[in-house]
Amino acid sequence: MDPAFSPNEWYLSQFEAFERTLNGESKSPLHLLRRDAIDKFHSIGFPTTRNEEWRFTSIAPIAKTEFTPVLQFAPSGVTKANVERLSLDTKHRLVFINGHFAPDFSSVGSLPKGVVCGSLASAVGSSDRNVLSFLAKQVKVDETPFVSLNTAFLQDGAFIFVPDGTVLEDSIQLLFIASAKGPFLISPRNLVIVGKRSNVSIVESYVSLTDQSYLTNVVTEVAAGDESIIEHDKLQNESQKAFHVAMIQTRLGAKAQFTSNSIAVGGSIARNNVTVVLEGEWSECTLNGLSLGTGVQVIDNHTTIDHAKPHCASHELYKAILDGKSKGVFNGKIFVRKDAQKTDAKQTNKTLLLSDDATIDTKPQLEIFADDVKCTHGATVGQLDAEQIFYLRSRGIGETAARDILTFAFAGDVVRRVHVDSLRRQLESLIHERLDQGRLVQPI
Amino acid sequence: MLEIKNLHASINGTEILCGINLKVNAGEVHAIMGPNGSGKSTLAQVLAGRDSYEVTKGEVLYEGNNLLDLAPEERARQGVFLAFQYPVEIPGVNNTYFLKAALNAIRKHKGLEELDAVEFLQLVKQQMKLMEIEESLLNRSVNEGFSGGEKKRNEIFHMAVLQPKLAILDETDSGLDIDALRIVADGVNKLRRKENAVLVVTHYQRLLNYIVPDFVHVLMDGRIVKSGGKDLALELEEKGYDWVKNEFERLPVQT
Repeated sequence: MDPAFSPNEWYLSQFEAFERTLNGESKSPLHLLRRDAIDKFHSIGFPTTRNEEWRFTSIAPIAKTEFTPVLQFAPSGVTKANVERLSLDTKHRLVFINGHFAPDFSSVGSLPKGVVCGSLASAVGSSDRNVLSFLAKQVKVDETPFVSLNTAFLQDGAFIFVPDGTVLEDSIQLLFIASAKGPFLISPRNLVIVGKRSNVSIVESYVSLTDQSYLTNVVTEVAAGDESIIEHDKLQNESQKAFHVAMIQTRLGAKAQFTSNSIAVGGSIARNNVTVVLEGEWSECTLNGLSLGTGVQVIDNHTTIDHAKPHCASHELYKAILDGKSKGVFNGKIFVRKDAQKTDAKQTNKTLLLSDDATIDTKPQLEIFADDVKCTHGATVGQLDAEQIFYLRSRGIGETAARDILTFAFAGDVVRRVHVDSLRRQLESLIHERLDQGRLVQPI
Repeated sequence: MLEIKNLHASINGTEILCGINLKVNAGEVHAIMGPNGSGKSTLAQVLAGRDSYEVTKGEVLYEGNNLLDLAPEERARQGVFLAFQYPVEIPGVNNTYFLKAALNAIRKHKGLEELDAVEFLQLVKQQMKLMEIEESLLNRSVNEGFSGGEKKRNEIFHMAVLQPKLAILDETDSGLDIDALRIVADGVNKLRRKENAVLVVTHYQRLLNYIVPDFVHVLMDGRIVKSGGKDLALELEEKGYDWVKNEFERLPVQT
């Protein structure tokens, strides 16, 4: 690697190459957004550990790699059997290969009137007026350098629009498959717009069908209308050579309820930002997370809950099971703005360390500007309980099984909160596969 | 069935058991009584295989084999059961799931087929009635949020399902009101067989009104200082442990 390598220049030159492929589109509002984003990325570049937001996680391995954006859709050897195996039992499934919509692998069942469930690229192509009025409005282009980079290479992702008063009975699975020659960059951008009094449940799944090095840099924006009910589940199960950086940002209207279940079990470095802005009174958000780390994995969860209005509630439970030399990070930021009286915020972070070399950095960060609020936070870090192990063994259960049962139970606390049945079952078998004598093993 | 010979055990270098000798035959119920800190619970835990205690001397034969060589789960599979004084809460582990895993581990060891969910539930329902256990306890996490009485009844319920040969009840009576005490004792009595033995560890005599022992042993400072029939328990209740203590101080120390 050239010591003078500059990721800023690298991605600028990649952007220019990308731009040359866009005939006549270079003056479109979308492209102006991309240009603004690459300018911002170019001037700021990747963060270092000197940046407070990144002080626990060095992303140097990402910054020094020449990831090439995948600009075109290609099936890249992915088969229907692959997709079948990775699919959940849901009626609606959008499949993306290297960030590009794969219509032949996708299937969408019958949808209520007015619902759009398809690719962002085609919504842009058909000049869907909702795209430009909501895109890059839930999250700022320069929210983080990774959001800038995602926006610069923004091409495709899921576009889900649910009109007012509409209930989607079945979940929508967004399946992101990585399969290309490395090192490559995929930049999915998902936009979810949910109308007033509407219900939807969305699962994002991330998997690798390659052993090449790559970076998934995804941004999901969710606009939740008044009284809407949304469950957003995510399973990040990529290879040990994958890097994963994600931003999920949601703005909640009045009396809206948003649940995020974020499960991170794969990747070399995985950084998840989940940000919720409670913009309407009496809205409520529930953020749950589970990380399984082994080897030298780094799994970093940053959450931000912004209580902007009164009478809102937030509940947060993040758990990590760390083995080997893996490292976990939990940073839970809660803002309670001056107006946000009667806020009820609860944050819990629990970590189970299965080896002497696994580490966790946990940091609650509460910034409260209102005076009549209830905010609690707590963090625990521990090992499997010797008393519990002995109790199980004294009833005839072997030590290996006892450790597995207890480790599984620790994870089960979060898994149980996932309401999509087929995802919950997938998570349970995934955790069983990863457990061996109460230790975590490398994903298969 | 069980033969304890000159058993010494210590924790963190402090000797708690200082030469226990005890022989329990099939069909017998033995009560181990003694004041707080005499080593009663230590004895129960050592027999179940708790590794925080170090056995420094002596041996324990169970059905002619060295019990102390066995891991806790192996002891359980061979029929040793400890009803805990303080049953451990295990959040997230379903009581029924746990019991089924335990029973099947024991059955597998015996060369029996594992029970499927339907067969297991039949067995459980039957024993539940016996122990007057509410169905809701089955669907909860092991001991989590159980009242003191529920925890103790759950222990005996586990025992009823697992059908051990040697049951060790460690202060199962503590924290029980009189009704719960009767239920627990009834449960134990229904499991009395000529091929089983029970070791009842208790501070008070009252449980022994319901589970009538064949032998009563008084444990003091880590040694059995007096043994007798069921009347000894009544005598202790009346005269207190100081009465035995005076006799005990005249005994030679066994090394």
